[in-house]
Amino acid sequence: MILTYLIIILMAGGAAAWIAGKWSSLLPRYISLATLLIDAVILLIVLAHEGLNSGKIWVVEYNAAWIPRFGVSFHLAMDGLSMLMLFLTFFIGLIAILISWKEITVKTGFFHFNLLWILAGITGVFLSMDLFLFYFFWEVMLIPMYFLIGIWGNEKRIYASYKFFLFTQASGLLMFLSILGLYLIHGSTTGVYTFDYQQLLGTHMSATMEMLLMCGFLAAFLVKLPVVPFHSWLPDTYTEAPLAGTLILASVMSKTAAYGLLRFVMPVFPHAVASFAPFGMILGIVGILYGAKLAFAQTDLKRLVAYSSVNHMGFIVLGVFAVNELAYQGVIMQIIAHGVSTGALFIIAGQLSERLKTRDLSSMGGLWTQAPVLGTMGLIFVMASLGLPGMGNFIAEFLILLGTFKSSVLFASIASVGLIAGTIYAVRIMQKVFFGKENSPMKIKDLSIRESIILGVMVIAIFILGLFPQPFLNSAKPAVTKILHANEKTVL
Amino acid sequence: MTTFIWLIPVLPLISFLINVLFNRVIPRRGIALLGVGSVALSALITIIAGIKFLSIPPAGGAYTTTIYTWLSTGGFTADIAFRMDALTLVFCFVITFVGALIHLYSVEFMKDDDGFARFFAYMNLFVSSMLILVLSNNLLLLYLGWEGVGLCSYLLIGFWYKDPANDYAARKAFIVTRIGDTFMIVGLFLLVITFGTLNIDTLLRQAPLVWSSGSPVAVIAALLLLGGALGKSAQLPLQTWLPDAMAGPSPVSALIHAATMVTAGVYLIARLNVLFILAPEVLAAIAIIGAATLLIAGFSALTQHDLKRVLAYSTISQIGYMFLALGVGAWSAAIFHFMIHAFFKALLFLGAGSIILLLHEEHDMHKMGGLRKKMPIVFLTFLIGGASLSALPLITAGFYSKDQILWFSLASGIGSKWLWLAGIAGALLTSLYTFRMIFLVFFGEAKTEPKHQPGPLMTIPLIILAALSLIGGFIELPHNLGPVHLFSRLLEPVFPALILSESHAPEWIIQVISALIAIGGIYLAYLLFNKKTLSSNVIEKSRLSHFFYQGWGFDWLYNKLFVLPLVWLSQIDKKDFIDKFYSSLAHAVNYSGTLLSRTQNGKLRWYVMVMVAGLILLLTIMLNL
Repeated sequence: MILTYLIIILMAGGAAAWIAGKWSSLLPRYISLATLLIDAVILLIVLAHEGLNSGKIWVVEYNAAWIPRFGVSFHLAMDGLSMLMLFLTFFIGLIAILISWKEITVKTGFFHFNLLWILAGITGVFLSMDLFLFYFFWEVMLIPMYFLIGIWGNEKRIYASYKFFLFTQASGLLMFLSILGLYLIHGSTTGVYTFDYQQLLGTHMSATMEMLLMCGFLAAFLVKLPVVPFHSWLPDTYTEAPLAGTLILASVMSKTAAYGLLRFVMPVFPHAVASFAPFGMILGIVGILYGAKLAFAQTDLKRLVAYSSVNHMGFIVLGVFAVNELAYQGVIMQIIAHGVSTGALFIIAGQLSERLKTRDLSSMGGLWTQAPVLGTMGLIFVMASLGLPGMGNFIAEFLILLGTFKSSVLFASIASVGLIAGTIYAVRIMQKVFFGKENSPMKIKDLSIRESIILGVMVIAIFILGLFPQPFLNSAKPAVTKILHANEKTVL
Repeated sequence: MTTFIWLIPVLPLISFLINVLFNRVIPRRGIALLGVGSVALSALITIIAGIKFLSIPPAGGAYTTTIYTWLSTGGFTADIAFRMDALTLVFCFVITFVGALIHLYSVEFMKDDDGFARFFAYMNLFVSSMLILVLSNNLLLLYLGWEGVGLCSYLLIGFWYKDPANDYAARKAFIVTRIGDTFMIVGLFLLVITFGTLNIDTLLRQAPLVWSSGSPVAVIAALLLLGGALGKSAQLPLQTWLPDAMAGPSPVSALIHAATMVTAGVYLIARLNVLFILAPEVLAAIAIIGAATLLIAGFSALTQHDLKRVLAYSTISQIGYMFLALGVGAWSAAIFHFMIHAFFKALLFLGAGSIILLLHEEHDMHKMGGLRKKMPIVFLTFLIGGASLSALPLITAGFYSKDQILWFSLASGIGSKWLWLAGIAGALLTSLYTFRMIFLVFFGEAKTEPKHQPGPLMTIPLIILAALSLIGGFIELPHNLGPVHLFSRLLEPVFPALILSESHAPEWIIQVISALIAIGGIYLAYLLFNKKTLSSNVIEKSRLSHFFYQGWGFDWLYNKLFVLPLVWLSQIDKKDFIDKFYSSLAHAVNYSGTLLSRTQNGKLRWYVMVMVAGLILLLTIMLNL
């Protein structure tokens, strides 16, 4: 039941924030902050109570009938993997609220309503063990995000919000078709019509059908992640969304797709995954290299960081289709580490454009002198982004590449070129923004205390991930074993 | 003892952290004390550890200590763990001791710089990373130090960030070395897949059992690791970053060239000697690369105008000697030369730094001259450093370390006369370019007046290093000169024995030849650049010398081969052609929408007409069926 509370609290908090926004613009901020803190505390209590390696399949589980006629249940469950995802969600959620504290001034109530409902949808996605429910939450997170971009975004926000909506909605529908297909096939072969994840595992179907259904799921996940060539909504959306929206999109929402690949695609369609794996890895490599190439060419700082996400997501896809424990652990580390590091880079980009009133790299330069603290933060996260050891992204990329090397020496070697490509575009950020001649006549302020604390916490997080990754690996291990086991069992 | 070797890298790291977090409240004096003190304390611990190590050799030849398990998953484990054996001890000693002297020197050198605190933060991190590199017991932690060194070199070369040229040099260093690093990390993957671990001890014990000598996998693994070493140690073909790395403050150059960074590649190969021995082809390649690099860089050093660039090329060339030694299996000789080179090269860079600083940032040697009398301490110490670099016989340490390498390049079972010839030609070049530099800077007429004399914080390190550049060689004498072999004795347990070939010239002849070459080079330099009895035009002005001056066109070639095509590639598709596909899809939908919406024009007769036309069409179809 506690899992249901996590979601209900977020939704109720959102509603309360909206109502409170009618009287005060400050109240919604405090309400959202409190709501997320309550959720985070609940999660911590669960963690303290259950521990990480309790040996149970699910640490916490809740199952109730929802629409029994169609075999739809309200089935939520959490294991170490979902718990990590929820911690990331709440962490980034808190930061998104704090970072919008002074920046969002219009319709604060509705803003926070959307923010919390997005987070509620994401929480639901990470917990759903019923495919119908999963799709339901998948949609819940989509619509408020559409509003968030469309109302509080930058100049081209309407275009961006349409683009985002069309890409995700269309691909989501393909996934829904696949879910229905799976439901019908399972029903017709076993007589049990159900959307329940556990029961749908190991559904027998023809190879063609399996491939077809998997492609439906892939459509949704590869678009959302995104993977080249389905990435073209991303730069517009990430650039035009308000900072909090970008943060949630890049750091958490894209990770629902990575999570979906691991949780659903891998165990449900093992044969199709096996035959698709080489193409999947190629898609990953293309993402890594093409993302880096585009990032290098950008002149808009936020767009540059957006394309760097394509590069990082490439590693996730590569790891997912390498199908082994090392790679999966790497993928999970990448989900978290990218959430923190790219999130921080977006925040830095936001702070810069707020101060300089432009995102154009050519009007930046030499800013280290005026804002050394901001520069230091920039340096740390640029280095995290290019995979410097000691920070989380290195552990992630190392494990992914090592796992891939185990599956395919060739693919791993090509993907390693991405490390060089990543370096080239990442140091360009330092070059254009903080080093060189000062190109802007504007005097800028260094980070305020609030901003320093936000980024400081993220710095600590990225170093913890890089220097003490073991608790995270331990937490994810049962889930990884479970996924790989389900995958192997059916293949054999 | 084993419990506190971790302090050696951690002390500078703590100092770095304190500096970064509190630099606004700590006064300059405090920053200096922290920066110098932490490294000096590390040096002290290293020396205590060294004394203990020598008096009571630890079991297994190494102190080890595990701090915690870094990561363990999918059958792969890596610890944060340190291991100090004789090789590590030598490296730790050089890094902390020479490092501390450079830090001390920097206190005065940087005293008027706005970035004083930032400088010491980066320097401390640099030293700490390098210490982690040499102390780690596994290759993953070594890689952490390895990348940390790369990061710090990036930050320090670009230290004066306002000049875009400095930042360019910094990025070049970072990216070029990272190309090497990427080879190395793929090498690490290969090792993990083959041996299931990156623990150095285990790897060295397992490798001969799993790989036969010359097996393809062993060769590939060795090649990949070599890639990393070539990048960091600035050897062919990845040497291009080092001459530009002069952009940083002079103490940085001293640190990069002498104590840290460029010697990382030498360390890696020496550390993993077993793996390289299993790949004889790669070992031979290392020797050839070393020989080629030392010649190419030697010619370039001879033609430079910038004092620091001479020294930069000289470093590339001297590391070439170390690679040559590694390649012929003269492991201990390579490490010996590393240590002696650290002494005299740090000395030369610090000396050059003093000159440039006091001559108002004048880098061009042709605008110097006559400084012998104006800066006597700098002159004397620089002369000693130069003599050591030129391997002046018997009295300088450089002679003993280089003589060993030359001797083994001929006498080793896998040596050859060609390698020896390259080495001897390089020796001639070395004394020629070194004394060209000395004659141009210190002799002749004075062209620029120094501001003032360097203070004690700058001269004391120079004097200490000068002393070491002279007497450092006496701990390891050639066999025919005396029975002192302290250095090779110390490293004996770490390295496999060197097998000499049966037939070669007697050792004394080789020694006399190299001694004559060194002295001859100096005399030639004297004739060319001081007495000017011979025309130095060939070296200063010919087209060939311009080619050497430009670093043999490597920069030009890489620019044409890699940089320009990459920039072109990124520019042609700035807007992402894939997005064009989707937007044209959107346009097509929009267009067809507009087309169809024309039909809905609200005119009744139009609707009736279309309806009738449709009816007729349908009827025709139905009747025809």
